[in-house]
Amino acid sequence: MKRLGNRLMQMLITLIGVSFLTFCLTYIAPGDPAAMVLEAGDHMVSEELLEQTREEMGLNKPFLVQYGNWVGGLLKGDMGISYSAKKPVAEKLAEGFVGTFFLAVVTVIFVLIISLPLGIWSAVRQNEWPDYLVRVCSFIGVSMPNFWLGLMLLYIFGLKLRLFPITSSSVTLSGVVLPAVTLAIYQSTKYVRQVRTVILDELHQDYVIGARARGLSERVILWKHVLPNALLPLITLLGMSIGWLLGGVAVVEIVFSWPGIGNTAVHAIMMRDYPLVEGFVLWIAICYMVINFLVDLSYAYLDPKLKRGEK
Amino acid sequence: MEEKINFIKTHKTFSLYTFLVSVILLIAVLAPYLAPYDPMAGNMKMALQNPSIDHFMGTDKLGRDTFSRIIAGTQVSMFMTITLVILVALVGSVIGVVSGYFGGKIETVLMRFADMMLAFPGVVLAIAIAGILGGSVINTILALLVVSWAKYARLVRSLVIKLRHSDFITAAKVNGAKTKDVLTRHVIPNILPMVVITGAMDIGTMMMEIAGLSFLGFGAQPPTPEWGLMLNEGRQYFGTAPHLMLYPGFAIFIVVAIFNLWGDALRDLLDPRKS
Repeated sequence: MKRLGNRLMQMLITLIGVSFLTFCLTYIAPGDPAAMVLEAGDHMVSEELLEQTREEMGLNKPFLVQYGNWVGGLLKGDMGISYSAKKPVAEKLAEGFVGTFFLAVVTVIFVLIISLPLGIWSAVRQNEWPDYLVRVCSFIGVSMPNFWLGLMLLYIFGLKLRLFPITSSSVTLSGVVLPAVTLAIYQSTKYVRQVRTVILDELHQDYVIGARARGLSERVILWKHVLPNALLPLITLLGMSIGWLLGGVAVVEIVFSWPGIGNTAVHAIMMRDYPLVEGFVLWIAICYMVINFLVDLSYAYLDPKLKRGEK
Repeated sequence: MEEKINFIKTHKTFSLYTFLVSVILLIAVLAPYLAPYDPMAGNMKMALQNPSIDHFMGTDKLGRDTFSRIIAGTQVSMFMTITLVILVALVGSVIGVVSGYFGGKIETVLMRFADMMLAFPGVVLAIAIAGILGGSVINTILALLVVSWAKYARLVRSLVIKLRHSDFITAAKVNGAKTKDVLTRHVIPNILPMVVITGAMDIGTMMMEIAGLSFLGFGAQPPTPEWGLMLNEGRQYFGTAPHLMLYPGFAIFIVVAIFNLWGDALRDLLDPRKS
């Protein structure tokens, strides 16, 4: 229980720190938000109007008061209004999140389909040709920039073979395939190595030798004994990658014009839509930490040793 | 001389990769002399040419020779990456040594800060920082520095804490060595190999992150011949001039792959535990 409290405290500190950092950034950033709001709204910008807008937006207050107001709004669930879209930031983020979440789910499915069989194959046939092949492929994948891979896939399967749409303005099943494959290839290159290591560790355990001595077939040992034991670390690692997928996929979303949260954020930054940028960074921080927290909890739940230890 | 030959014979893979890395660095340094055309000189008559004998990687929207720009890009990318890796390792190590060796409140504050950075996807923050400050070579390096130092600080701190309680440090202190001397003569030489290994293995990743930021438009700005930026510009001519996105990406891939291989080989060489 005490560990749980510490974790929550740590999460809170991180949130405050990250939000403060982003707020500082947007505060020192070039450009006058009041002018941007007025320009976006097709107003004639006069000095008088600027003053008035600054007053309304609270921009002439001291920095810490502004930060306090923003955090106060957050606690009430108000993340501010996006300058460019004229919509509440929360609404804009929610729209983008649907796309990103769908993309992340499909990607994780692809990652599992690619990496589990390859990782297991590579571990079972360690230091034979399948192992070398998988390792070389995973090395190539790690060194390949994912936006470049995305562009190439888009060129081949989108433009030349016309199998998938080149841009997606809405969340569709045919549109998700290429971005998900791009991300899955990138993630799999790391995950396949981790699967291999975990399975190899398990294969060298004493119980495997015991099972062999009892005359169990290799197949039974692998499926009934090794895999269930390997599941736990594999879930943890996959959980971490979900956090990454929800946060770090802006580049791939841009390549495929996928309507996700990363795409929203990049456009917000280009438009200098600071409330949206701040909201985005905060939202990602929350997602990331909640997922890591859930992974930890699931770990405690799935591992009988830890469960007993807690009781 | 004989020692060197023996070293190469016993560490064949490491020597090979070091050779390849030197070739890349040499290309970066000699870029202005190696490029067949001026990488910045446009010629609208020659815009968007497909690869030919004169321009074997084709030309871009302003008629600039893609091959020359890729060669020049080696310089830009290597400069940015190496500066970034050195800065990250330096800042991280200083923070790590300070918090590990002196401890106390400074340590608590610095490590809380490091944990904060580690508990958050760095790329997101880097995009926000670089984007808000405005895209430029310096801001890109700054943004990635802000989000990357924590790993080194954590690593160095744990190494220093282990060292601090070792006999030879105690002996040095008992003999009346000044703190400065203990740090420079005993602590730093002992943490250096691990920092170098980690830095070497990070070169590839850092290079990709720099290229990614430039690709989004938050890094190097036109007309800089930077590979990520070239991909971004080439993307607009996606259908008509695919060579514009093929070659810069391939350049990133080759260089990142070589540095990754070299980093792994260096680790095997310097770190006896892993080999």
